[in-house]
Amino acid sequence: MTPHTKTSNSFVPVIGWGSASVALYFLLFRYETQILDWISQGKWFFIIPILIAFSFSIVHGKFTGEFWKYMGIHAKH
Amino acid sequence: MESLNFIHLDLTNALYLFLVGFVGGLVSGFIGSGGAFVLTPAMMSMGVPGIVAVASNMCHKFPKALVGAIKRAKFGQVDVKMGLVMGISAEAGVLLGAHYQELIKQHFGDAGSNLYVSVSFVIILALVGGFVMRDTIKSYRSGVMEQEKPGRLALWVQSIHIPGTMVYFPSINTRISILFTIPLGFATGLLAATIAVGGFIGVPAQIYILGMSSLMASATELVIAFVMGVGGTIKFAWNGYVDVRLAMIILGGSLFGIQLGAIGTTYVKPFMIKLVMGVIMLTVLLSRLLVIPVYLSQLEWIAPMEAASISLLKNASFAIMILALVLGAGIILVAMIKGRKTVAEQPVLLKKAA
Repeated sequence: MTPHTKTSNSFVPVIGWGSASVALYFLLFRYETQILDWISQGKWFFIIPILIAFSFSIVHGKFTGEFWKYMGIHAKH
Repeated sequence: MESLNFIHLDLTNALYLFLVGFVGGLVSGFIGSGGAFVLTPAMMSMGVPGIVAVASNMCHKFPKALVGAIKRAKFGQVDVKMGLVMGISAEAGVLLGAHYQELIKQHFGDAGSNLYVSVSFVIILALVGGFVMRDTIKSYRSGVMEQEKPGRLALWVQSIHIPGTMVYFPSINTRISILFTIPLGFATGLLAATIAVGGFIGVPAQIYILGMSSLMASATELVIAFVMGVGGTIKFAWNGYVDVRLAMIILGGSLFGIQLGAIGTTYVKPFMIKLVMGVIMLTVLLSRLLVIPVYLSQLEWIAPMEAASISLLKNASFAIMILALVLGAGIILVAMIKGRKTVAEQPVLLKKAA
């Protein structure tokens, strides 16, 4: 267990997943009017927030995991 | 379908939600739930309609719970089977709880609905929170903070054999009747639909009634929250109530928090999970207790209150609710820093001993 080692962690995944996460947020706010218009119609449009939530959980979840890893915050083994 | 007026979102509000999301995520990653109760009032204070706030809160909860459950499953803390069994029964509880809410709102209006929520908060948090806190203090005084053994009630539940209903659950390493797990899941869902935090019933029930460890119970609660969250989001999204922008901003902060909270569980003694849960529950209890006179006066069940007094009580209640979250997060961070320090010092101590 090496809780304070920062050097062993690569910065590449942080940048990669971080960029993908920023891209998702950019798209969400770039097209917010259209997206909210669809969502507010309800019914089968329910799939839109579900898909968005799953996409963000995968991409942003991976980014936050890599971020803490890079910061040297690991679980105790 | 009537189009809802989703609020204009500025940078200050977005940062506020991101931060509350982070702290809420940290608490949820650690105790399995408990971070969401502040988000609905936080969104409503920004002008978000109540139902949109509840729906958006729900929409951030299930992806957060998914990420937290996967993380904690990697540490071997999740009983997926228990989570799914309880999660499905919780879904039924959510539907009934939402139905109760609608009925109360129809008959007694917003004040009646708020009073119902606050009284439920106070009764359940006083009973369960008081019990959890008492057990935590007992563990601390006896010095038994490392190991947890099932209590008498859990051993009795585990000893009951009802043919055709027995299922093996790895977290307790024994077979247990689903006639016990189904009502517990149902109660979790009922509470989630009422006060937005089913885990205040779900986690203590898994510990004290089913005999799971605090670590396994808090991690498995994330699976239950995921199942409930997907169902709840579909229900609200079907009626067009989800503001996905709000949900994703909160998720942005909460995913940072939940990863950290989940990592934190590997550094602390199991009793810390109960301590954080007990402290949050009792502080939230105080918050809800303060606003009960406001709703009683709005229903004209007691003498009317002045607008200034109502505003003071509501603001104090909201501040205490935020304090509950901050207290919980503070205990987690301190315990985690101490735990990491101890782990980091171990090789040095071993070297010295050698």
